[in-house]
Amino acid sequence: MKTRTLTIALLALALTVAPWAGVALAQDKTLFVPLLVYRTGPYAPSGIPSANGFNDYFNLLNDRDGGINGVKIAFEECEFQYDTKQGVECFERLKGKHGGALLVNPFSTGVTYQLIPKAPVDKIVIHSAGYGMTASADGRWFPWVFNFPMTYWSQASAFVKYVGQQEGGMDKLKGKKIVHIYHNSPYGKEANPTLEDLARRLGFELTLLAVDHPGQEQKATWLQVRRLNPDWIYISGWGVMNQVAVKEAAAHGMKMDHVIGNWWTGTEADVVPAGDAAKGYKSMTFHAPGGTFKVHEEIRKHVYAKGKGAAKPEAVGEVLYNRTVITAMLNTEAMRTAMGRFGNKPLTGEQVRWGMENLNLTEQRLEQLGFKGLARPLRVTCENHEGNGVAAVQQWDGKQWKIVSDWIEPMREVVRPKLEAAAVEEAKKLGYAMRDCSKEK
Amino acid sequence: MIYREAGQFKTSYAADQAVFPIVQDRVVVGALLVLAFVVPPALAGEYWLQAVLIPFLVYAMAAVGLNLLTGYAGQVSLGTGGFMAVGAYAAFKLTTAFPGLNILVVFVLAGVMAAAVGIVFGLPSLRIKGFYLAVATLAAQFFLIWLFNKVAWFVNYAPSGTITAPPRTVLGIMVTGPEATAAARYVVALALVVVFGAIAKNLVRGRVGRSWMAIRDRDIAAEIIGVRPLRTKLLAFAISSFYCGIAGAELVFLFLGSAETQAFDITQSFLVLFMVIVGGLGSILGSFLGAAFIILMPIFLTNAPHVIGLSLPVALLKQIELMVFGGLIIFFLIVEPHGLARLWQISKEKLRLWPFPH
Repeated sequence: MKTRTLTIALLALALTVAPWAGVALAQDKTLFVPLLVYRTGPYAPSGIPSANGFNDYFNLLNDRDGGINGVKIAFEECEFQYDTKQGVECFERLKGKHGGALLVNPFSTGVTYQLIPKAPVDKIVIHSAGYGMTASADGRWFPWVFNFPMTYWSQASAFVKYVGQQEGGMDKLKGKKIVHIYHNSPYGKEANPTLEDLARRLGFELTLLAVDHPGQEQKATWLQVRRLNPDWIYISGWGVMNQVAVKEAAAHGMKMDHVIGNWWTGTEADVVPAGDAAKGYKSMTFHAPGGTFKVHEEIRKHVYAKGKGAAKPEAVGEVLYNRTVITAMLNTEAMRTAMGRFGNKPLTGEQVRWGMENLNLTEQRLEQLGFKGLARPLRVTCENHEGNGVAAVQQWDGKQWKIVSDWIEPMREVVRPKLEAAAVEEAKKLGYAMRDCSKEK
Repeated sequence: MIYREAGQFKTSYAADQAVFPIVQDRVVVGALLVLAFVVPPALAGEYWLQAVLIPFLVYAMAAVGLNLLTGYAGQVSLGTGGFMAVGAYAAFKLTTAFPGLNILVVFVLAGVMAAAVGIVFGLPSLRIKGFYLAVATLAAQFFLIWLFNKVAWFVNYAPSGTITAPPRTVLGIMVTGPEATAAARYVVALALVVVFGAIAKNLVRGRVGRSWMAIRDRDIAAEIIGVRPLRTKLLAFAISSFYCGIAGAELVFLFLGSAETQAFDITQSFLVLFMVIVGGLGSILGSFLGAAFIILMPIFLTNAPHVIGLSLPVALLKQIELMVFGGLIIFFLIVEPHGLARLWQISKEKLRLWPFPH
């Protein structure tokens, strides 16, 4: 009887007091950036370095410069295991804290799709750096969504261009067999329309092979790949799927330098488990690998020396770590741009949006920030939320990633018209109206 | 004392057979209903509505559906996620093909579509039982998800394979799409749950429910007393899938806003099954309690440390949450194997005697 009473009491407590979220304490005005992270679950290999990069860069700015132009950055993590439903719950929980979120990096294409419709309502900028919905790069239809420095479609076209270069000319692609192995989710499927279009134009044979979530089981897929015996393999994977794919490719005797991951399929965690077999594996990227740039020194000096580092010291400079440091820099520079117009005080979502749209990152500015050689200059406009990013190919030499190609311009003439058409389609679904960029100030 | 029914005389059969024969029950349930319609939309913040109450209502609907099939008719099913997906995709196709159609009608039609699919996948239940049937319904789960992933027609050829809830109104109020307020979506979800919950409650008290329970308790005996297994089992599958289909449509249109097939994967089937088991098999109230437990408990566990001012790394918090949640499920199942509904029943009996237990 005792236990029963206890149980009833426990249950009553649990169900009535359930979640008191959003009980944010009154605080100084800050620039709040919620961080949706996944440090557990099958996507943790990708999620951990990504989350650490944001933490360290924001801590660097807060400790070294006292924030952005004197206004501190507030950030708070929420674990969502790369699960869309939990991600939305996290976003809803965090968005009202610290005086309201200004900008969010969902770090999941699935969650990005969920948040896009909410963005204009919540007045929170969505930055999906190199992921998310490709069509949202058309800023006339999607004012609140940014996916600079590049989209999946631009990336796929850069991949095809690289393959063309390796084969000795785009005309040599005719009859070549390319396989795209993708995570069976909006993320993985995103590159397919561009690859299909280019296959028609350039005459290569494209085979699309889906790998179901979470991607630990790929035996059947790779048997199919072996039967097809493709010339080139393109992988769009994430989390644990990546290391399995690299291992399988090696186990099936693929030429590793003909296996190219997209930029989410090429970090240290993806190749190290495969050991020596991963040597030669390539992946796309939009920034340099390595932890020897000036910003890294600054992070070591101002963050790690004080024991505030989020990652292990040797993980500073991993590919995904660098990527989120760059993303954090792009975000904070956009806020700085906005402050240039609206004053050095806490901003609103609307103002940050303006800053994102008018972001102009020059080579000179990158040098001041310590990103010289690490990131590329970038210019965003009202129409073009993708910016003018370029891609490169990096290769794993068994110890570290190295850039092995020149910077590749995506085929903008192919991608942009399709992107604009897709933006009309997607915007129609949401009932959006097109804005006139010439009227924007 | 307050829960004493002495002096309440039933003078007609109708009064004796009422859903809530005790006056106090009627008052409490009525008051709760009114409160549910009035208080949250007026007072609850968006987080409460969007992240707590709406998913609770959606999953309660699915749990009621599965409880009809598993709890009342005794047919174990692991295809819930698949049937929910049918509802969601059917609603999406219907509302994009006929934008003028009222969204509530779309929900019901989506449920009908799911019911049809449910009948097809219910056919094996005539031959196989128990765990073997569970495996057969697993086929429904995997096949349906594969189908929606593979055939681009279902998503109107969207390159990303996601379906998005378009803006739709009921009585001039936006209830789906990004512009719809959480309060409006909550009210729609609540109204649907109330209507279909009432229907389910009456269904299981009537001839249909009794024939389901007869099949569940011993199908050969049921057949001998004149219950036709074919019709009864398929009806159970149809009605259960109908509820799951509506829940699936609600999941996309009222809760998530847009979804991919992964929102309906096998974990959903297990989740709903756990709700039914933890809540109580063969109890409509149990479906609601189970849904509340499975949906609210993790949110409670994630928020609890923040509230008491404990600051731990998020990864550690998640691990603790999973461990505590698993432990609690086992705890409740050991303490009361018949689910939370039975626990409620016991406390109700206690209340009747309070404060003078013999």
